[in-house]
Amino acid sequence: MTNGPASIRTMASRVRHLGAAKSGTREAWRMRLTNFALLPLAIAFIWIVLRLAGKDLAGVKAEFAHPCTAIFMLLFILVGIVHMKLGMQSIIDDYVHAARLKEWSMAANALFSIGFGVAAIYAVLKLSLA
Amino acid sequence: MAELNGGNLAARRPLSPHLSVYRPMMTMMMSIAHRITGGALYVGTILLVWYLLAAASGGAAFSTASSFLGSIFGQFILLCFTFAFLHHFFGGVRHMIWDAGYGLDHPMREYLAVGTLAASLACTVILFAAAHFIG
Repeated sequence: MTNGPASIRTMASRVRHLGAAKSGTREAWRMRLTNFALLPLAIAFIWIVLRLAGKDLAGVKAEFAHPCTAIFMLLFILVGIVHMKLGMQSIIDDYVHAARLKEWSMAANALFSIGFGVAAIYAVLKLSLA
Repeated sequence: MAELNGGNLAARRPLSPHLSVYRPMMTMMMSIAHRITGGALYVGTILLVWYLLAAASGGAAFSTASSFLGSIFGQFILLCFTFAFLHHFFGGVRHMIWDAGYGLDHPMREYLAVGTLAASLACTVILFAAAHFIG
């Protein structure tokens, strides 16, 4: 190694973050965590949608006035957008190889996920707190 | 190797065998479907956000959204969304089972793949029937 005999740097620290991915297993692990969390949250989401089905505006507002509906909906949206951003990120990683296009795709993915996530959260808060 | 010098080398370079050399298998097709349904749900969030924002905006916007979702086309979109959601849901359960170290052997992985399809189809029918029964 080029650090010379007096270096106290370990072999691992010299190569860490130098791989092709430039990072570790954070995304893979986060995908598993959100997958696990979405199991009950998706069931809660289905339950909420079934209760909302066919309701008029007054009925929808009455549903969201209940704290459980609002909280589970917000949790589903929050965990869901992290999960879907990571999912699209891995699709881009697999199929988009041109460097510039990849950067733009990643940025568009982040903007879409965060933008639509914030819009959904805003709507749920407005419905439930009104 | 003289013919490799010059010319469009990149275009004539042989590629290693890819998807086309494999016989379609249930596990492979469910894996592909998992990715496709994931992408579909990504786009489908537009529908959810539209519905929620319309409800938050008030009467006129909400009646536009709910009349679209109640139309034949809207119901078809919702049916596709429901199937994609459930297929991706059961695919996620399958991945959790695999991550825990179970069901990777033959024939369990085949049962899990077929189970993903069967459960998602059955639950789509049940949920749609339930939604119409309630609504």
